[in-house]
Amino acid sequence: MSSSSNEGAAAHPAHAAHSSGHSRGYRVGTILAIVLTALPFWLVMSDVLHDAQTTIALIFAMALAQIVVHVVCFLHLDTRSEGGWTLLAFLFTTVIVVLTIGGSIWVMYHLNTNMMPMPGGTAGPMQ
Amino acid sequence: MTDHALQPGDGTPVWHVAEDDHDHGGNGATVLGFWIYLMSDALIFASLFAMFGVVSTAFAGGPAPRDIFDLPLVALNTALLLASSITFGQAMPHMEANRVGATRFWLVLTGLLGAAFVGIELYEFSHLIAEGAGPQRSAFLSAFFTLVGTHGAHVTIGLIWMVVLLVQLGQHGLSQPMKRRLICLSMFWHFLDIIWIGVFTFVYLFGVVR
Repeated sequence: MSSSSNEGAAAHPAHAAHSSGHSRGYRVGTILAIVLTALPFWLVMSDVLHDAQTTIALIFAMALAQIVVHVVCFLHLDTRSEGGWTLLAFLFTTVIVVLTIGGSIWVMYHLNTNMMPMPGGTAGPMQ
Repeated sequence: MTDHALQPGDGTPVWHVAEDDHDHGGNGATVLGFWIYLMSDALIFASLFAMFGVVSTAFAGGPAPRDIFDLPLVALNTALLLASSITFGQAMPHMEANRVGATRFWLVLTGLLGAAFVGIELYEFSHLIAEGAGPQRSAFLSAFFTLVGTHGAHVTIGLIWMVVLLVQLGQHGLSQPMKRRLICLSMFWHFLDIIWIGVFTFVYLFGVVR
């Protein structure tokens, strides 16, 4: 932080980004967020595709896209703010999040399908 | 610094410690530190999402998502939270331009939208519990109440924080420490909206479709 440490707050990279060119990015982000929220709800509630697999793939793709939109347009994450440390922390967290959620579901799914059948239980996973 | 804060010009006591800017005027250290807190919070939610993912089909003979989730209500709740993120975004340029009144106006609007979100969520929870679909019914419902309830608790704490900052805005105006606090709260609020994207997709929409 010392490289940009004038008394004026505007000298700070994160701050400079806050005041300039932000409102346009914010407007774009707002429109994208509304579209990416309305579309998955519409897809599921009206069941236009009549195909669960495609619908599921689309809603997860739109959720990922919207998370990126929020992080870039609303949280103003870029390569320059705080000397790149916010981006590094974010990427590290993303790796751990993917490992935690993906790994847990993967391992537990295989645990379920490969376990010895429980007495009297022929039902699906984790009943 | 502390001596100075406790003895302001007119001799009235001030019950807060004036913040010493260790990095010479920038908000960098606080913003980076708060960002790392948010990332650690994301890991808490990641473990809750993982737990929900593992037990999300363990209904124990109880209701499935299709039977209990009211998607129009969830859509309304999602719209409220997204709108509150947008109104918070409207407050920030006014804060940069030192307009206290406009900043307070957009903050109050954000708080009202957030309160409506929490209210609807409490209504949903009480409705589910009254239907016998409480957290003790099945592993799926335990995970559902834990995940969605943790998010709701975060929003509630954000609301308390917002009320505190509204009071402090009246006392201190838009001083540098106040701006820093508002920037942190805006990050917290946008972060909760991001978590909610995961909740409405993974819990509600995915639960109803599959």
